[in-house]
Amino acid sequence: MSGVRLLVGTHKGGFVLTADGKRGQWSVSGPHFPGWDVYHMKGSPADPNRIYASQCSGWFGQVVQRSDDGGQSWQPVGNEFAYDGATGTHQWFDGTQHPWEFKRVWHLEPSLTDPDTVYAGVEDAALFRTRDGGRTWHELSGLRKHTSGPQWAPGAGGMGLHTILLDEKNPQRMYIAISAAGAFRTEDGGETWRAINRGLRSDYIPDPEADVGHCVHSMALHPSRPDTLFMQKHWDVMRTDDAGGQWHEVSGNLPSDFGFPIAVHAHEPETIYVVPITSDSHHFPPEGKLRVYRSRTGGNEWEALTRGLPQQDCYVNILRDAMALDKLDPCGIYFGTTGGQVYGSPDGGDSWTEIASNLPAVLSVEVQTLA
Amino acid sequence: MIRVTVPAHLRAMAGVNGEITLQVDGAVTQGSVLDALEARYPVLRGTIRDHGTKARRPFVRYFACGMDLSQEPADAPLPAAVADGAEPFRVIGALAGG
Repeated sequence: MSGVRLLVGTHKGGFVLTADGKRGQWSVSGPHFPGWDVYHMKGSPADPNRIYASQCSGWFGQVVQRSDDGGQSWQPVGNEFAYDGATGTHQWFDGTQHPWEFKRVWHLEPSLTDPDTVYAGVEDAALFRTRDGGRTWHELSGLRKHTSGPQWAPGAGGMGLHTILLDEKNPQRMYIAISAAGAFRTEDGGETWRAINRGLRSDYIPDPEADVGHCVHSMALHPSRPDTLFMQKHWDVMRTDDAGGQWHEVSGNLPSDFGFPIAVHAHEPETIYVVPITSDSHHFPPEGKLRVYRSRTGGNEWEALTRGLPQQDCYVNILRDAMALDKLDPCGIYFGTTGGQVYGSPDGGDSWTEIASNLPAVLSVEVQTLA
Repeated sequence: MIRVTVPAHLRAMAGVNGEITLQVDGAVTQGSVLDALEARYPVLRGTIRDHGTKARRPFVRYFACGMDLSQEPADAPLPAAVADGAEPFRVIGALAGG
């Protein structure tokens, strides 16, 4: 019987939520690593029992955990993230240059084919990879050493590499995004990178159309169309159909085009989801109404999805990695809030139920579709 | 034997309860005690001090015999009471949080 497993990272530990294919009854296990920030948990597409988790704290730094039994038990693996070669500098808040300093792992992206290979997006922005199941990590330093590196600057939440998109059709291609530098693409497995930010416009930086410096919040793609990317930027929802060669805005009729996550339907490449947030200074839903917006046209035309979601006095945020979709039919969609709720929809967003309440602030949600 | 205490989060990671006792060869210093601790429990590497520089993490402190030894050099001898096992070397998580 099919089922789904949600991996929920929170401000005070990780949780594993499971349900059968109907997705009506949920069981919750956790907290795993109680008291720690769990920035991200993600399972291997090649072996669903293999899960990696990024655990960190202001006191004790970074820990990476690995499970080989679907999240029932965990063991710490390697936690040394040493930048390769000369550390270099990036732009600091006051305009001066500041050395790169490792702080934490924001995002773990397991390989599509090898359970022992995982990419890690870290703060200060860099991309690391393990090929031995997390025991050792090595930087793919071509990204950090990109000629634009000295121009990268931290956003308010830090200078994190938060999005890693792998191309099912081309193992040599990968997309990443950094706040606040922008989006980058490699065609050679991570050795060299090009900035792919043409068409982005950010009025909050000195040159609104600069090659780098844009605060990209998240990106998503459908595996069948790896040249098409969707982006939720600091402001603006964007789209490219040529692998980042040119972006254009698809915010359309959204009540606000500020937000954090963006996701693509598992079976409909032109169906995408965002959660509008009021503004960069008001990180809560417009009018206190928690609404997911769905476009079935790849953007521009959006419909509010509200059934089962609070429509008054709701002032939570949904962070960039806190929305995910399963691969069942109909496709399920899930998101977590900074208020500790996890909402799920088993019907592509038409209706929602609160499947976990009163968790710590949710930092990330990933879903595994189980055979 | 050298007695060492570490915060609850690190005890959980290392899978220990209460005090840890360590054999330290040679001079008993912050550095040699932490080297021995990390050798016994590799999972603690990077959680108390930096992997590369061995610098103490900012929100970690070292106490012994009622004194804050956090700013002492890593190779400075620890008090005799720590070296002879009468008092523990305490690794403390700073009282800050959220």
